[in-house]
Amino acid sequence: MIEAPDLSLSALSPFLFVFGAALVGVLVESFAPRHVRQPTQVALALVGTVGGFACTLLLAGRGEVTAAGALAVDGAGLFLQATIAGLGALSVLLFAERALDPARSAFVASAAVPAGSPRDRELLTDERVQTEVYPLATFAVGGMMLFVAANDLLVMFIALEVLSLPLYLICGLSRRRRLLSQEAAVKYFLLGAFASAFFLYGLALVYGATGTVQLAGIRQSVTDDGTGTLLVLGLGLLVVGLMFKASVAPFHTWTPDVYQGAPTPVTAFMAACTKVAAFGAILRLLYVAFGTADWTWRPLVYGIAIVSMVVGAVLGLTQTDVKRMLAYSSIAHAGFLLTGVIGLDAGTGSGLAATLFYLLAYGLTTVGAFAVVTLVRDGDGEATALAQWAGLARRSPLTAAIMTFLLLALAGIPLTSGFTGKFAVFRAAIEVGAWPLAVVALVTSAVAGFFYLRLVVLMYFSEPAEDGPSVGVPGLPTTIVLAVTVAATLVLGVVPGSVLDLADGAARLVG
Amino acid sequence: MSLTNYLVLAAILFTVGAVGVLVRRNAIVVFMCIELMLNSVNLTLVTFARSTGTLDGQVIAFFVMVVAAAEVVVGLAIIMSIYRTRRSASVDDANLLKY
Repeated sequence: MIEAPDLSLSALSPFLFVFGAALVGVLVESFAPRHVRQPTQVALALVGTVGGFACTLLLAGRGEVTAAGALAVDGAGLFLQATIAGLGALSVLLFAERALDPARSAFVASAAVPAGSPRDRELLTDERVQTEVYPLATFAVGGMMLFVAANDLLVMFIALEVLSLPLYLICGLSRRRRLLSQEAAVKYFLLGAFASAFFLYGLALVYGATGTVQLAGIRQSVTDDGTGTLLVLGLGLLVVGLMFKASVAPFHTWTPDVYQGAPTPVTAFMAACTKVAAFGAILRLLYVAFGTADWTWRPLVYGIAIVSMVVGAVLGLTQTDVKRMLAYSSIAHAGFLLTGVIGLDAGTGSGLAATLFYLLAYGLTTVGAFAVVTLVRDGDGEATALAQWAGLARRSPLTAAIMTFLLLALAGIPLTSGFTGKFAVFRAAIEVGAWPLAVVALVTSAVAGFFYLRLVVLMYFSEPAEDGPSVGVPGLPTTIVLAVTVAATLVLGVVPGSVLDLADGAARLVG
Repeated sequence: MSLTNYLVLAAILFTVGAVGVLVRRNAIVVFMCIELMLNSVNLTLVTFARSTGTLDGQVIAFFVMVVAAAEVVVGLAIIMSIYRTRRSASVDDANLLKY
């Protein structure tokens, strides 16, 4: 007789909401006539993500382990789930924008038509859209929320795949520049599958060393029996798999290509939500399972953090494309986030709260920055070459001002959320004595600041080219996204106190 | 036969797969090498299930098979879509995105 595991349905409600919406979306795709699909799917995806967001807020303050120890419902997990669901809802709004482009959508009309064929050119300005992107994105949001709550390596692996597989697909569904988009999807898929194989081998080795895949069981085994070669090797492979998803150098090689090739709303979604999810899983794995043996991971993470900050900042200097530049910026930010992970000192450090706050601030700013990228267009779609942004402030002072503000936030200038976040993670690192890391982080912040400011200078102090791009008038969805992200970036920078307190109160991992 | 032999075999298979991903040029073959890596993990899991006397490893192996099947669906769809345009599945030809 097998006993059914104890399932707390209320604790599972965010997942039920998001996955439910995604499944209904699949049914709509199968049975609804084509002309009603787009509005229905957008509404469903928004209901799913906003509903998931609301459910996590209702659960605030809970701390329990449910589903036979497979899921942890705790402060940090709920904070990250709310962040992911909220950023996911903003991304869905960007997906839904139809007013900007004569091509009517960022997503292809029919993915099955070969790129560049006569039929494909006919469909370029067609009304119809491959509306599967909405359920796929909702599945990805659900996978990400599961990823940060997984208290078991198997569930973590399944969540990793549930979030990755839909992302591989929607990367390849751009309406314009389809070859680039498909190439990005192939690269992301092959490298992503390669990385998840490493994660899985790490899982197998940890299982062999400890006899369990539950994080609490691994912690128990590490505390009682110490760490052997097999366990450390397994941990290393698990970290490689997770760092890949978080686009941390030296596992970053896919990031610039995929960020550039994917449709910009998808890039915004990936840059913000995947990063939050991957760091949630990294925090939980390192803190819950290996918190009592931190010598096994601290030197590794320390080194990777330095490499990531340096690679992101230095290679970001050489970029000539806005999306690639933001991709290298995301690699550098992954390094800054890892300084917060280093600041995780068993129970006492402020690293966990600092990392949670940083993830929220970075996610909001990044979605906003990519939303601005969708506005700047020429006859061929988005104009992403840096040279085309010259003199943008003359054409559209408001767009240039918004982009400047968001870039300053990414650079970490005071009175923006970026400054508060950086201050918090650097302080956490210094508190545990990792001041050399904080010094490297400060130097690389300065280097990275240069390439953000270069774009600002380009927008304000260069002559606009004759045939330069125009700035599209955004429809309601993009306007909402811009308003929310700019307001949040400002509020988190000027009066961060209440959100910092919230992150501080949420900084608890059960296991 | 000692269980170590199975672990060594699995490690060799995993390495063959990983090297294959790095050196082979055809996307389909690269993909097959990834599947080889996943299957070597299954062998490792089942061996550890035996050596630790728990069932978890065998159950996880089933999950891995299901995930691998889902990955095949998604991966082949993506590779097919790029093949129909380029008439080539070589990962060297996909070189529009760089620097």
